Amino acid sequence: MRLVGCLLLLSGFFIVLAALVLLGGFSQRVGFVAAGLAVEALGLGLLTQGHKPVAKEQR
Amino acid sequence: MSLVVCLLCIMLVPLAAAGLALIHQGLGRSRSAAHAMLGTLCALAISAIFFVLFGSAWAGVAGGPVHSFAAGGFHWDWLGAGAFFGHGVSVDGSDPAGLGRSLTLCLEMFAAGLAAMIPLSAGSDRWRIGPICISSALLAGFIFPLFAHWVWGGGWLAQLGTTFGLAGFFDAGGAGVVQVVGGLMALAVAWIAGPRKGKYSDDGVAAAIPGHNIVLVLFGCLLALVGWIGLDSASSILFGGAGVEQIPGVVVNAMMSASGGALAAVMVTRARYRKPDASLSANGWIAGLVAGSAACGMVTPVAALDTGMIAGLLVTYMIEAFELQLRVDDPGGAVSVHAGAGLWGLIAVGLFGHFADGTRGNHMLAQLVGIAALLGFMLPLIYGVNLLLNRFEPYRVDGNGDWQGMDIRELGAGAYPEFVVHADEFVPR
Repeated sequence: MRLVGCLLLLSGFFIVLAALVLLGGFSQRVGFVAAGLAVEALGLGLLTQGHKPVAKEQR
Repeated sequence: MSLVVCLLCIMLVPLAAAGLALIHQGLGRSRSAAHAMLGTLCALAISAIFFVLFGSAWAGVAGGPVHSFAAGGFHWDWLGAGAFFGHGVSVDGSDPAGLGRSLTLCLEMFAAGLAAMIPLSAGSDRWRIGPICISSALLAGFIFPLFAHWVWGGGWLAQLGTTFGLAGFFDAGGAGVVQVVGGLMALAVAWIAGPRKGKYSDDGVAAAIPGHNIVLVLFGCLLALVGWIGLDSASSILFGGAGVEQIPGVVVNAMMSASGGALAAVMVTRARYRKPDASLSANGWIAGLVAGSAACGMVTPVAALDTGMIAGLLVTYMIEAFELQLRVDDPGGAVSVHAGAGLWGLIAVGLFGHFADGTRGNHMLAQLVGIAALLGFMLPLIYGVNLLLNRFEPYRVDGNGDWQGMDIRELGAGAYPEFVVHADEFVPR
C-alpha cells in the first residue's frame, strides 16, 4: 500500500508536468493540474493508511 | 544599503531556531528535555556544515552555473552546479560583486538548519541522536538544496513564467522551501519512528501526553517572531526583489499573520473546550508566521491577517485529525504547523498577492504546480531517503528507552535531576 501510495504521488507530479508541457490552454492546464493534485491526494491517503497498521503493531 | 539591511536581518534568523528549539523541548516530556535540546544543536551544527560544504553548490544562485536538461522541447534547470566546499564565496572582500552570493549562502545556511530541526518535534521522545545527525546531513546536503534551487536559485519552478507562459512560483520567505520541506520530513520521521509507547490504547484511543513546560513554549513563540522577521525580511530582499522601503511592510505582515494565527487558535480552542489551549495557541502563532512567510511583503496587512487566521484555524483541526484519525504521533504538531500551514501560505500567495505582471490565474496555477512538486516529488524523495536510512541506523530507541526517557538512555543524565520523579518509573512492566 505504501509503495502504491508513493507511486501515485509521483504519478500525480508527472501529470502536472505533462499538463505544462503538452497543453497550451489555461483552462486545460488548470484541469490537468487539478487532476494531478487529486492523484497526489489519493497517494497521500494510501501512504497514510499504509502506516496505520504499523502504528498498531508497535503499541 | 539594502545588502547591509539584509545582513542585519540574517543575523536575527538564529533566534527563530532558538524559538523553535524551546517550543520543541517544552512540548516534549521532561525525561527527554536535554536530549531534545542537544538534538537541536546537533541538527543545526551538522546542517550548517553539510550545507556549506555540499548543499550550497547544488542550491546555487539565480544566474549561476546549473545542471540542466532538455525534455519535451523545454529547458529544465533542476540543480545548481556551483563550487563545493564553499569555494564560490568571497571571504576576504576582494569580490564586491560576490556579496549577494555570500549573503545568499549565509541565509540559506540558517534556513537549512531551520528545516533540519523541524522533524525533531515530530520525533520527540523516541528519535535517536545518531539518525538525527545523519538525517540532518542528508536534508541540508541534498534535499533542501534541491528545492531551494528550484525556487530561490532560479530553477525550473522560478522559471515557470518564462518557460511555460505562466508566472514564476513565488515563495519569498520560504514557506515551501523551508517549512513544507521540513514538515514533510517531520511526517516521514513520525511515520517511520511510530507512536510513543502508551500514546494509543489497544482499542486505538489516543492518550494525552501533555508538554512539560508551556512557559518555555510560549517564550519560544516570542523568540521565533524576531527570527521570522529577520528571515522574511532578508529573503524578501534576496529572493523576492524587495527594496529596503518595503521591509517595514514585511515586518508588519509577519506580526499580523502571527497575531491572526494565535488569536484564531485561542478563539477556536475556547469555543471547543471552553478554555483556550496554550499549546495549540502557540502552534497557531507559529502557523501564522509560517503561512505569512510565503507572501511576505507582497500582500496587504489585512490579507496577512486573514492568511494567519486561516492558518491558526486549520492547524487546530489538523493537529487533532493527525493525532486521533490518522494516528500520527507528532508531539509538537510539526506536520500541521510547518507542512499544513506552509501549503496554505503558498495558496494564499495566489489568492491575495499583488503582482504587477500576469493574471491572478497564472500566479495561482504556478503556486499549485509548486505544491504538486512538493507533494509529488519531494515527499516520496524524503520518505524514501528516511526509510533507507532507518534500515541502516534504526530511528527508534528500544523499548526500555521509550519509558526510561531519552535523557537517561542516550545522554546518561536527566535535564532536571533534582526535581522530577516520573510516576511510571516504579510501575512493574
